[in-house]
Amino acid sequence: MTLAHYRKGQTDAEGAEGEVHLEPGGHAHPSAAEYLKIGAILVVVTSIEVALYYVGMSETALVAVMMPLSWLKFILVVLWFMHLRFDNPFFRQLFFAGLALAIVVFTVAMATLGGKLV
Amino acid sequence: METSTGLDNRKLMMWLFLASDCLFFGSLIAAYLLYRDRSLVGPYPGDLFDIPFTSVSAFVLLMSSVTMVLALSCIQRGDRRGMQVWLFTTAVLGLLFIAGQAYEFTEFNHEGLSLSTNLFGTTFFVLTGFHGAHVTLGIVVLLSLFVASLQGRIQQKDSLNVELAGLYWHFVDIVWIVIFTLIYLIQP
Repeated sequence: MTLAHYRKGQTDAEGAEGEVHLEPGGHAHPSAAEYLKIGAILVVVTSIEVALYYVGMSETALVAVMMPLSWLKFILVVLWFMHLRFDNPFFRQLFFAGLALAIVVFTVAMATLGGKLV
Repeated sequence: METSTGLDNRKLMMWLFLASDCLFFGSLIAAYLLYRDRSLVGPYPGDLFDIPFTSVSAFVLLMSSVTMVLALSCIQRGDRRGMQVWLFTTAVLGLLFIAGQAYEFTEFNHEGLSLSTNLFGTTFFVLTGFHGAHVTLGIVVLLSLFVASLQGRIQQKDSLNVELAGLYWHFVDIVWIVIFTLIYLIQP
């Protein structure tokens, strides 16, 4: 990715009074109503997680269901509340590179030292 | 304060910090999962965890993320009063979460679990303690912003300050999303 790419849209950041601040290459942030919708989804997903805890599923099934739900919440917060969906792509690449490295270190440590989720 | 990429230095630094903090918490979570079942003496996780109580704490922190993003939305629209209300609400929710964690730690201690009791205690308190320290720092930042806004030092043009605090706050929320699932809900 070139320097010009990151600078693309830089003039958008120099908005008039009342306009939303944008990073170069970014897009407008969501409305308050959209944030509330995301919040409601997070509450529902967390409620499902807690309910599943009491269902008494097998350990393997619990991991198989809980992990995607947790990942969904994680992604919703990162993409919408932290604006990675709308901000400059460089921030997204930076954060997910760190996250990917953390997941690799986590996986290697668990595999090497005999760790398990359940 | 822009870099040669045209991006703001402070925002770039915050994202770099958050990316590195993923490694920090990833290592602590891995250490917990590796050692939680290797304690030679109790108490063990199943003896202590109070899922209904921790679920309420998780809801509180999730809701604080919503109020935080509403505070940012307000200041970006020039609504300083709205930002003050939501910033203060976020700080109060954060304080509630920390109060809950202090209660949980005290209860665990009464049940005989300390930092040096067993491997479960060591890794649990280090992981959740560091997360609690992050939340506490976030509360200090939020209250500082709240006071600054009361003094008229946070205007619409300063919305990046609120955004940076928000990024940090949402990060401690996503860390708790992972901790809540991996440590509390998925137990052997």
